[in-house]
This record gives sequence, C-alpha cells and structure tokens, in this order.
Amino acid sequence: MVKAQVHAGGRGKAGGVRVVASGDDAARAAGEMLSTSLVTAQTGPAGVPVGAVLVEEVIDIARELYLAVLVDGGRKRPIVMASQAGGVDIESVAEETPEKILVEEIDPALGLMPFQSRKLAAGLGLDGASSRKFASVVAAVQRAFAAGDCSMVEINPLVISADGSVVAADAKVSIDDDALFRQPELGEQYDPTQDPSVEVAAREHGLSYVKLDGDVGCLVNGAGLAMATMDVAVAAGAEPANFLDVGGGADEGKVEEAMVMLISDPAVTRVLINIFGGILRCDVVARGILRAADRVGDRVPPMVVRMLGTNADEGRRILSGADLPVTLVDDLGAAAAAIRELG
Amino acid sequence: MAILVDRDTRLLVQGITGREGSFHTARCIEYGTKVVAGVTPGRGGQTFGDSVPVFDTVGAAADETGANVSLVFVPPAFAADAIAEAVDAGIETVVCITEGIPVQDTVRVVDYASRSEATLVGPNCPGIISPGEGAKVGIMPGHVYAPGRVGVVSRSGTLTYEAVGQLTPIGIGQSTCVGIGGDPVSGSGFVEILSMFEADPGTDLIVLIGEIGGTKEQEAAEFISSEVTKPVVALVVGRSAPPGRRMGHAGAIITGSAGRASEKVRALERAGAVTVPTPADIGVTTREVLSCQ
Repeated sequence: MVKAQVHAGGRGKAGGVRVVASGDDAARAAGEMLSTSLVTAQTGPAGVPVGAVLVEEVIDIARELYLAVLVDGGRKRPIVMASQAGGVDIESVAEETPEKILVEEIDPALGLMPFQSRKLAAGLGLDGASSRKFASVVAAVQRAFAAGDCSMVEINPLVISADGSVVAADAKVSIDDDALFRQPELGEQYDPTQDPSVEVAAREHGLSYVKLDGDVGCLVNGAGLAMATMDVAVAAGAEPANFLDVGGGADEGKVEEAMVMLISDPAVTRVLINIFGGILRCDVVARGILRAADRVGDRVPPMVVRMLGTNADEGRRILSGADLPVTLVDDLGAAAAAIRELG
Repeated sequence: MAILVDRDTRLLVQGITGREGSFHTARCIEYGTKVVAGVTPGRGGQTFGDSVPVFDTVGAAADETGANVSLVFVPPAFAADAIAEAVDAGIETVVCITEGIPVQDTVRVVDYASRSEATLVGPNCPGIISPGEGAKVGIMPGHVYAPGRVGVVSRSGTLTYEAVGQLTPIGIGQSTCVGIGGDPVSGSGFVEILSMFEADPGTDLIVLIGEIGGTKEQEAAEFISSEVTKPVVALVVGRSAPPGRRMGHAGAIITGSAGRASEKVRALERAGAVTVPTPADIGVTTREVLSCQ
C-alpha cells in the first residue's frame, strides 16, 4: 500500500492512496505520486506537492474504527471521539449517523481516566484482548495530544486486524500554532512546501493571508473586519481573491509588503482596502500603499479605499494626492457599489 | 444601567508596565475608568502615571485598593497564570486581551474560572465598554461609542468598531459592548452575555456579531429561542471563507458544516433573531428593528 504524505485530508478520494501488488508496482505508484501535486477537497485547485510517500503492508482488516482526541470549543475542553465507522469521512458520519459517534470529555483537572477508555471500548463492541489494547492506544494518543500541545490527534482508521491486534493505519496531527514557542522540535517539522508560497511569505512578514479564488484583493486590519470585507465583495457580486489581516501593530513596511503581495497576485483585478484606524494609523497605511505602488510600477489595479478612525483624513489626503487609481468611499455600502462598478 | 463594567468598576491592570498595558491603561483612564491598581511581578512599589500604585501580586493589589475587575495584558506564555491569579484573588470580572495563548492553557484556566464566582471574558478579545457609565475596560477606540440602550456582543474587535461606527452616527447608543474573543475556547460565550443583557433594564435590543467556525452561534440561537425576550439583531461574517482554512482568528476555521456562515444564519433566524444581510447593513437593520418596538 502506497500513501502520499501531505498536510491535507481527503487523500484517498484524490488518488493519494493506492494498493499495489508488487514491489515494481509500488515503485511506479510512488514515482507517479512524487512527481505530481495532489489536489484534494481541502487543498485548493493548485494542490500540494507530494514530498514523501509511506509504503506499508496491507493489513488483513477485521474492523475499521475511528479515534481522535481534540479540543472541543463548545465543551471548552478536550474530548475523545470514537466510532465504529472508521476509514471514512467522519464529518459525514457525524451528519448522517451521529449515534455512531461516541464522546468522552476529558476533565481538565482530572485528565483522562482509564474507565473512560473501557467505556469507549465497550461502546465499540470490543472485548477481551482487543478492548485492553484499544484502551492503551487511547491513553497513548491522549498523552501525545497533551505532550505535543496538539489541537487534534486523529487516527482514521484504527484497524482491528483479523488476528485481533490494534493498528493505527493512518494519523493526522495538528499542532497548536500558539504553542510552538514551547514545542521547538515540532516547529522544525513545519514544511513550507505544503502551504502556498505566498502564504509562507506572508507568515514571514507577520501577516495573516489566505489565498482564495476570486479577483477582489482585500487588505484589512482585524480578522473579523477582514471577513466582513470579503462578504462586502460578495455582496457586490464579486469574489474575494484573498483574506488578509495586516494586524493592529502594523507599520509602513508591513503594509507595503502586504500591498505588494496583494497586487502581485495575477488574479487580482481590483482592490478593496478597509481600515478602521486605532493603534494602526490611517496615514501609515496610506504611506505603505504608496511605497508598494512605487515598487510594482505600472500594474496597480484600481483601488477602492475606505478609511475610518485615527488620522483617516490625512490618509485619504495622501492617497487622493498621489497619481493612483483610487476611489475613496465613506462606508461599506459605498465600497460595495464602487467594487461593482469596477467589475 | 449596563453589564459587567460601570461607574463603580475599580480596575486593576495586569501587565500595566508593558508596552501595550501602559498605552491602553492611559486610554482607559482618559475615558473615565477608575484604574486603582496595576500588577507587574517585581515592580511592586512603583507608580504608573501620576497615581496608580503597582503591586507584585493581584492579592495585595485587591486587598489594598478594593479592585473588582482585572484587565490582563500579560504575554501569551504567562497569561493563563495571570488569569488564574486574578480568579484566585477573588476578582469578580477578569478580561483578558492577550492573543496567542496555547489552547491547552486556556482550557485549564477557563475550567478553573468556571469553578469560581469569577466571570472571565476573553482571551483574545477587545474588552468591555459601558459608554454611559464612563467605563472602558479594553483596547477599543472610545470615541466611536455613545451612551444608549443597545447591547453589543461580538467575537471580533475591529468588526465591533465597524458595527458601533454604524450605530452611533444614526443616534443609536450602546449600554455595554462586550468582545468575547476570537479563540476556539474562551471564558464567557454568547450565552452568558445574552443572559446578562436580557436581565439588564438598561438594554432594549442586542446586536450579536458572529463568524465562521465552531458552534457558538448555534448555542446562542438555542438560548435566544428559549430565554431571550428582547429583540436580537445578528450578523455572521465569513460567507466566502472556504472550509479548512483559518481566517485569522484561531477559532475562525470551518471544520464541519455547522461552522459555515449559512448554517449559523439559519439557526439564528430560526431562533427569532433578525439577521443583517451584509456587513454594510448593521446600522439600518438595527434601526428598523428598534422602530418596530
């Protein structure tokens, strides 16, 4: 069995998992996978490069289970999730047959208790040796989850083989970005080839950027306002080209980098800038935009700019005084109308 | 009237001598908030500005000054400890601004706070402001707010300023505005804040601002349909966000269909909330609902 190793789910359906009959077949399958990018439901149209494959034996499967430990925001604590319906997309199990999903909450003060693993094993219909092996796997997964500052450790499928052994046949581990300062070894495993290069560059500049499929480049301060601004583009009958939050503590250089990144995207034909000035002053944003425009020369797309708050008047004056295709607007309704006009 | 912070609030700032802490403490004082103490371990005995005494521990600060609300600016690695110290000292309301606390730290400290009398707001939130009471406990720009009778609760910072920036100019003031934060795990959620607004005689209508990811809006919807009699105007942003991608906030990632904006809007509408069609319409929608009362 040959499995593409990428940082995205939905691999099986995308041809990233193949069962082969011989060593030659395995080599051929691995070669094909390693020379292409894998496009799954979670990767976007460009896909992600396959840098490694895992070759493993085909297990004589008796049952495929699902096991995960993850942080549950609603319950405000970690949970252990287990299901008899392993090997398939757990989301669809949750939607179609929620009764097949068993949940044990991990009390933050008590930790996972052995009885909880026994309860899950019983609920999954395991008995005897399989039950004991399952319980030790649950405990191990929970330890890895806690020690590695994970937001999720998922084993899907957790296989009960024909001879009764319990095998983690596939795993997906998400590390909490916010804990990387105390998980240096895990941080070193970050593989930039698995993220779009522009997002890697953004991360280096301290910008929060996500590439999307539309043509309206968005530059905003604040994550919530950035999402709202994307929705404004949608309300104007367009689609956003990206999510971009320059953050509250941005300076001229950071805005410049953000703006260059935005207009270097060939998909961007118009730009929507929405700044609610607070600690981040609007004049600083305006100067950053000018610097970016100088750097990229001719190919500055038309911009719709909405500025409010600290030094907004000065920011607007700087932009309207420059030789740039700028439309200044006062509110989000006018911003939508102006974007529509540019369409 | 207002919720959580008012003219009787005696504010303590944890991390008062840091860059952010000192900058925002000065803005809170300018707004009229009574800042009675600061805490920075190792800096006890100093004075912030002209008159705010700095202590080594929250316990000592609370004993000497009668502080009842704490505002936390402590860096991510130490923020959970700071929150726990405030809860342990008997502070009634703890507001944590810090962004980037490891989620497993947040889980432990949120659990600890939930077993006490304290109300925790945040982390990763802009704080709380009650304009009519001259109380600003957070990093929001005070000038966009105006006294009034609309309560605002939101997962976002700048989007809340946007919302209030649409309300204030058309004469709709606010009783209290609460940012519950953008992290997947946080102290008070929509439900706790909605219940406070429902009980507050100074609040006539509640504006709720949600976003993609998690199920906080669905929990709010369930609570609205059974417990809230006041009108609720709701906006959910992130309609155009693809699943599996984090939109800035740690909590703003669609991991299941419940995390989609459309599912949240549907749940809120079913619960009787009036949803705002686009982010440009927060002010006008609120005005329409108020005029029907």
